[in-house]
Amino acid sequence: MDFTYDDEQVALRDAVRGLVGKAYNDYEHRRQIVGEDPGFDEEQWSRLAEMGVLGLPFCEDDGGVGAGPVEIGIVCQELGRTIAPEPFLASVVLAGGLVSAAGTAEQRGEVLGALSAGDSVLAFAHDEPGRRWGPTAQKVTATQDGDSWALTGVKEPVLHGARADVLVVSAALPDGGTGLFLVAGDADGLAREGYSTYDGGRAARVALDGTAATPLGEAGADLTATIATVQDITRIMAGNQSLGAMQTLLKATTDYLKSRKQFGVTLNTFQALTFRAADMYTSLELTHSLVDWSTMVIAAGSPEEVAAAAARASLQVSRGGRHVGQEAIQLHGGIAMTAEYNVGMFVAHLTALDHLLGDGNHQVGVLSTKVGDYELIDPLDV
Amino acid sequence: MMGPDEVDVTDERGRSMQLELTAEDQEFREEMRKFFTTEVSEEIRQAVIEGRELSKEQIVESQQTLNKAGLAVPHWPEEWGGRGWSELQRHIWHEEMQRAGVPTPLAFNASMIGPVIAQFGTEEQKARFLPQTASLDIWWSQGFSEPDAGSDLASLRTTAVRDGDDWVVNGQKTWTTLGQYGDWIFTLVRTDPEVKKQAGISMLLIDMTSPGLEVRPIQLIDGGHEVNEVWFEDVRVPAENMLGEINSGWTQAKFLLGNERVGVAPVGATKRNLSRAKDLAKETSDGNDGTLLDDPLVRARIVELENELLALELTALRVVAHSAGGEPHPASSVLKLRGTELQQAVSELLVDLAGPASVASGAGDGSDLASWARTVTPNYLNLRKASIYGGSNEIQRQIISRSILGL
Repeated sequence: MDFTYDDEQVALRDAVRGLVGKAYNDYEHRRQIVGEDPGFDEEQWSRLAEMGVLGLPFCEDDGGVGAGPVEIGIVCQELGRTIAPEPFLASVVLAGGLVSAAGTAEQRGEVLGALSAGDSVLAFAHDEPGRRWGPTAQKVTATQDGDSWALTGVKEPVLHGARADVLVVSAALPDGGTGLFLVAGDADGLAREGYSTYDGGRAARVALDGTAATPLGEAGADLTATIATVQDITRIMAGNQSLGAMQTLLKATTDYLKSRKQFGVTLNTFQALTFRAADMYTSLELTHSLVDWSTMVIAAGSPEEVAAAAARASLQVSRGGRHVGQEAIQLHGGIAMTAEYNVGMFVAHLTALDHLLGDGNHQVGVLSTKVGDYELIDPLDV
Repeated sequence: MMGPDEVDVTDERGRSMQLELTAEDQEFREEMRKFFTTEVSEEIRQAVIEGRELSKEQIVESQQTLNKAGLAVPHWPEEWGGRGWSELQRHIWHEEMQRAGVPTPLAFNASMIGPVIAQFGTEEQKARFLPQTASLDIWWSQGFSEPDAGSDLASLRTTAVRDGDDWVVNGQKTWTTLGQYGDWIFTLVRTDPEVKKQAGISMLLIDMTSPGLEVRPIQLIDGGHEVNEVWFEDVRVPAENMLGEINSGWTQAKFLLGNERVGVAPVGATKRNLSRAKDLAKETSDGNDGTLLDDPLVRARIVELENELLALELTALRVVAHSAGGEPHPASSVLKLRGTELQQAVSELLVDLAGPASVASGAGDGSDLASWARTVTPNYLNLRKASIYGGSNEIQRQIISRSILGL
């Protein structure tokens, strides 16, 4: 059992921190980037590709690097520390993860090769208006005509759906179950309407109307379990990203308490404030522990164990992230309400991550169904 | 691809970032589990699991069973019964002990004064006290807190004045846990009233049968007699019973309190209690056709507590894995804070599960109510102490904000 990085992992962390920090330690630069479409820096995306970051999760035969979950978690934490807007989580971890898990060798080579090289952005079109979180599709349906498949229905919100070169779309299959399809961004019968999200991200309404689509992997196969597992892995990586953002928020808050003066003294003179900062630290460390653990479970556990670990990590990240975020704003005071100061936007981003694949209460509901089935949790027995 | 089938590349690079215990630690864990569940009295373990009070004889018996097997004071210097284990092994020992319902070795002996004597004592003091401290043939009490010296311990006023070959002690100590069983009491006394308060304190080892020493019970809100006042009126203490140099007592006290915070998060015991709460919820009727565990609010509350405990346990493991040979991990300061909060929260859950029966703490054997339901409220009330002792949780927040956050 070990919770420390080895030299290579430290080197990866430092390299990504250097690249991402150079761009976004200056918060004003992020504001400018997210102020214009596509909401991220295409050149930074290329630099991430050159560093090998975009291909990190994918095996070498598919054009990737073949790194493990710990390395991907490191990248997510570093992106979270500056809330870098590049769509690593949505495009590489989630959409790319689905292609990696379900695609044929040819599809993987083509789609993931382009993604790893920074030549392509992927998006996963899955959420449907009126539905909650889950691995299935209902309102977008797939129809088959010979070897041809077509999709009809509306997906929204689709993160980075307007910019994406290729969409991975989930759809209800004619014989039941949920399939995955590749849809080209310029396909006929595809209407995309993009917009900004409150954290400077991008999302889109994606309307499909008999749109031609290529089944991902075996045509007609129910991929619900695959989607569920990739969503679980993405939950854990979103937790890593949130952890990075929480670390920055605590640092910003303690720095502010030490420098801001009121009543002629710095704010850290007031125990009412420093004790709340201490509680933020406690939330942060507890979250750090669960995020690290769940990241390790990806490599060590069965899909069921990964699902449970993802739910547990998400629950803690939700609770801890809201606590740290809300307190960061309160302890800063009015300055954190302004758009030109970074703290409020970090909290906005944490809120977006919290609702990406199920918030804390959703996870309590998931975990509640099984709580009577085991005696106690042994975190080392995975 | 990235997924559950992914080969862990870190395996090729040694033991960074992985969950699995080494074969050696796995074997160690099995060994501990087997010993605790087969060699320690079933009756004692059952009493611990059900939250019943242990007699002095039971506490002594349990510690002697451990001590004979070399499991009472593994963290002491090897010369005096220590085992030279890794931090992780100590953690496993502590967790498995709690999980099995084995009473942890008396803290006053094993965690507090033993290591202080081993560190600061003369060879005569070590030989005289350490074996009997490990075996609990001497039961130690703690003479630190006073009515006007709680969190501000250094303001203590009990005095020791030199008279020939003796120190003469006068004053009052309080919150002396299980002082009614005590044979000896390690006591902080003021030996120089003229200097800065920390600089005038010494530590004396005092025989509790000494003339002029009186133990008076304090009744607590749970109805029990767990703590005491200890009064000193011209108590004569031989000079050789001073531990460490004169006026260096604050150094020993800080050393002792530093040790006290290690292992103060009773993760294993709280996990066991939460697991028990689940069992009890499953077997307790909701008054209709179901059980309490069918109630979604009860389930949700258990899920939240399990998750918070998991986060705490993992934090303890992070701290343990980090502290091999280095400075303590800063996160160790959250263990006491969060550990006691969760210990209290689980005790509160049990009261709520007991419902109307929770009031019947005084009911005898003729009661129709489940026996567990009659003990949970006194336990809940008793455990309010946990966030006060061992450096109150506000002191912990002070440590975090000052030492870790630099505020």
